[in-house]
Amino acid sequence: MTASLGNRRERIDALAARAGQVPDDGGGVSLTRSAFRRLRRDPVAILGAVIVVLFLLVAVFAPWLAPRDPLEQALLSEVRQGFIPGAREGFPLGVDQLGRDELSRLIYGSRQSLMIGVISTVLGAAAGMALGVLAGAFGGWVDTVVMRFVDIILSIPGLLMAISISVLLGQNQYALMIAIAVTQVPVFARLLRGSMLAQRDSDYAVAAKALGVKPSRIVLGHVLPNSLSPVIVQATLSLATAIIEAAALSYLGLGDPNIGRPEWGAMLSNAQAVLSFRPQLAIYPALCIIVVALGFTLLGESLREALDPKFRR
Amino acid sequence: MLRFIVRRLVQLVPILLGLSVLLFAWLRALPGGPAQAALGERATPEDIARYNEVFGLDQPVLVQYGKFVGRALQLDFGTSSRTGRAVTTEFLERFPGTVELTIFAMVFAIGVGIPLGYLAARKHGSWIDSTSVIGSLLGVAIPVFFLAYLLRLAFAVELGWLPGSGRQDVRIDATHISNFYVLDGLLTREWDAAWDALQHLVLPGIALGTIPLAIIVRITRASVLEVVNEDYVRTANAKGLAAKTVRQRHIIRNALLPVSTTIGLQTGLLLSGAVLTETVFAFGGVGSALADAIANRDYALLQGFILILAIVYVVANLLVDISYGLLDPRVRVR
Repeated sequence: MTASLGNRRERIDALAARAGQVPDDGGGVSLTRSAFRRLRRDPVAILGAVIVVLFLLVAVFAPWLAPRDPLEQALLSEVRQGFIPGAREGFPLGVDQLGRDELSRLIYGSRQSLMIGVISTVLGAAAGMALGVLAGAFGGWVDTVVMRFVDIILSIPGLLMAISISVLLGQNQYALMIAIAVTQVPVFARLLRGSMLAQRDSDYAVAAKALGVKPSRIVLGHVLPNSLSPVIVQATLSLATAIIEAAALSYLGLGDPNIGRPEWGAMLSNAQAVLSFRPQLAIYPALCIIVVALGFTLLGESLREALDPKFRR
Repeated sequence: MLRFIVRRLVQLVPILLGLSVLLFAWLRALPGGPAQAALGERATPEDIARYNEVFGLDQPVLVQYGKFVGRALQLDFGTSSRTGRAVTTEFLERFPGTVELTIFAMVFAIGVGIPLGYLAARKHGSWIDSTSVIGSLLGVAIPVFFLAYLLRLAFAVELGWLPGSGRQDVRIDATHISNFYVLDGLLTREWDAAWDALQHLVLPGIALGTIPLAIIVRITRASVLEVVNEDYVRTANAKGLAAKTVRQRHIIRNALLPVSTTIGLQTGLLLSGAVLTETVFAFGGVGSALADAIANRDYALLQGFILILAIVYVVANLLVDISYGLLDPRVRVR
């Protein structure tokens, strides 16, 4: 693992540069296929994939899996100051402070939490990639301007950036997604730029140029697809960060105010008030966040190793 | 070396300019504009008109921006709409607490992280190795504020071993000269005041230090694993140097290079984490002030604090770059 160059920028650039290296013992197998073959043998990757797929399935099939309506205040009459009913028949994890079935809320919550993670990462990756392609394809002053802009975004610590944006856009789930997306932009921009720069002088790009292929086709048809693997790795890792960051923003009161949509971050922060007598209400959503984040991280890290030509055997 | 430093300083200029434009635009894009932001939500239209006149908000945007930069250069970031005090005063009062907390968190992360990462690498594949790898993955996956809550619940509320809120026991009559409470205690020889302030740092410091700890363990481990296989280590071993000498001169020294930059670059993470940790522990530093400002829509304070913190972050990164240039001559050339 040479991800140890330390400096964040340099690390991203190094990762990008490595995507351009030609593997020494290709053996006629494509990089993607050999990566996939190694992934299937890697227990860490399998564990990560299983976690991710499991949660995705739960999110998709939430209405069928949840035993109850997540909004129904079934046991509200039994909730008192300092007491919230625990697990019992029909309520396997008990109820929350408003008498709603905790398990059903967790199951439905996976939809909202995963959606925030996925959409904000897709947005951030798309914007970052657009900037990265611009910088990597044109080079010169375009590169300088784009990268200075990225440096400016990078100069505000992530959470502070997200806070400023959600304060600006008001409190709704879209503001939350955009806020998290913006914090992801710099990484993707730098990554794709570096990786495209590494590809630009590769033999096939030069060959395509010599054959008279239009520059736009070289960039979009040849260089870009070959520069994508570090982006995919980063996107997987960013999903974990996005979900955790959404929880943090929720905690600071900048989350989605719509109580009709249960969400793990909001559940976790709402539970702080009852932590002293019913900590489970905080622990369950926290566990969900931790396990999902861990799943994406494991998957991302093993993807990184699988796609790295250095690790190719 | 001097040229390297100057070049880095020059590179700072566009970033700082961009930052100021961003935050200037931010305050103007807010619902209600800067007048509402400064006067609060209960301001009447007359108040707002008067404010706009006094602060020249009816003038062209470029003139306004010029004045904004001018004021910022004089460290004038307006007044907090909640407390009515100057944002700079608020910041200076609260920043020492955050610095103390950050230092504690970093000492914890480095003190535990480097030995653990080294051990994991040297016992590659053992249970120590796998435990620290899993631990470092977990450390990044736990929401900081949740960890802070757990620590507070366990060690402050249930066991009562350590204080769970604030920076110092209110019953202690301590003299504050620098607002660094631990330092104050030491300078004035009020030993129990210093000891008490230090105890208040432990739980939030550990919570804040977890993410850096996880990252430091991983980087140290990866970097030691890489260095151990280098030719010069094999040479050193082959020529019969004592294991201790190889370890100290060849392995640790080279392995710590990437670790040292990572350590410096954690400042951003720490500033972000401080907002969450300080809120949980009602610590009263910059972080809890930011959280309060969000809750109270105190935009002037938010803008000022974010701008100052971003500058702190940029300067910290610059210092890291320079120190890296000192440590590793190869960096200077690029």
